[in-house]
Amino acid sequence: MPSTMRRRLAALASASALALVFGGAFAQSTEEGIAQYREALQDGNPAELWEARGEEMWKKPRGPKQVSFAACDLGLGPGVVKGAYAQMPRYFPDANRVMDLETRLLWCMVHQQGYTEADATKIKFGDGGSKRSDYEALGAYVASQSRGVKMNVPLDEPHVRDMFHLGERMFFFRGGTHDFACATCHGDDGKRIRLQDLPNLSKVEGARKAYTTWPAYRVSQGEVRTFQWRLNDCFRQQRFPELEFGSDASIALTAYLAGRANGAEYNGPAIKR
Amino acid sequence: MADPMKIRANLTGDSTEVKVLMSHEMETGQRKDGQGKPIPAWFIQNVKVMHNDKVVLTAQWGPAVAKNPFLSFKFKGGAKGDKVRITWTDNHNDTRTDETTIG
Repeated sequence: MPSTMRRRLAALASASALALVFGGAFAQSTEEGIAQYREALQDGNPAELWEARGEEMWKKPRGPKQVSFAACDLGLGPGVVKGAYAQMPRYFPDANRVMDLETRLLWCMVHQQGYTEADATKIKFGDGGSKRSDYEALGAYVASQSRGVKMNVPLDEPHVRDMFHLGERMFFFRGGTHDFACATCHGDDGKRIRLQDLPNLSKVEGARKAYTTWPAYRVSQGEVRTFQWRLNDCFRQQRFPELEFGSDASIALTAYLAGRANGAEYNGPAIKR
Repeated sequence: MADPMKIRANLTGDSTEVKVLMSHEMETGQRKDGQGKPIPAWFIQNVKVMHNDKVVLTAQWGPAVAKNPFLSFKFKGGAKGDKVRITWTDNHNDTRTDETTIG
């Protein structure tokens, strides 16, 4: 072997050894990068600003009748917030309906505080700026009061169970212009949209991990997003007809995903990219 | 009027760790709205932190700071029950002051 070639080979060998060393130190998958980013944001989640605003809103008399949410029963008694979110959606006999948090808040605004439904649903979702939704602030506050509480949606209650099964069917039902189902993206491991890993919601672990983080502050939108928003935007991405705010369809899907998360510790409002 | 800040101040050893969340749009002036018109810059310019009557931190911020900014820092010499008062002023000359006691 000519000596130049030997030298070149040696140089190549040391170069690849170097590459190994540096590769080891710097190799970082996109998921790791995103995880690191999330961790860096964990401290000082701006959702706390929404929680504070929601708490004030919860306690102040409001609406045409000047009634506060102290009269609003989230399932654990009038005005009781602690742990309430972990047990929703649930059946409310006074409304004869299974309701998630947002729908129940709307019910209290209409039936106790005297708002018209049109007024109370004028701003369902904020825009991250001056357009602010009461549901996002109230939702952040109520949800924050279930932090550390185990999810316990009352699935043995017949109405809730029916909604759960309806939600399950919807989750796997394919439709729309793109022949999509929720399960198309959320029914297998390792799926993603652009760089975002998608949770596999057909598995209990996936449902637990995802559901217990909503509502969440979305950094890219500068806004706290509720679960109603999450579902609404999933429908948009699937090119489905718009999911109506507080509709039975939205509550059924929520009941399915929340019910699947039963037993997991609620850990929201979280922060997301 | 801007929303209140969320301030936490905790004594660990001989230093006080302060964590502040501010509610602010922090518009850079570089973005455009739906009609293509530029959105005017609107951001916090000055931050001042007082421990009782003593200034412990001043900062000059620009449009590169994120929306709803989070600030965390430590200073020496705090004691439980002392006041920490934080003031920000933005480029609209809007200002907000909030305070908390060290816990």
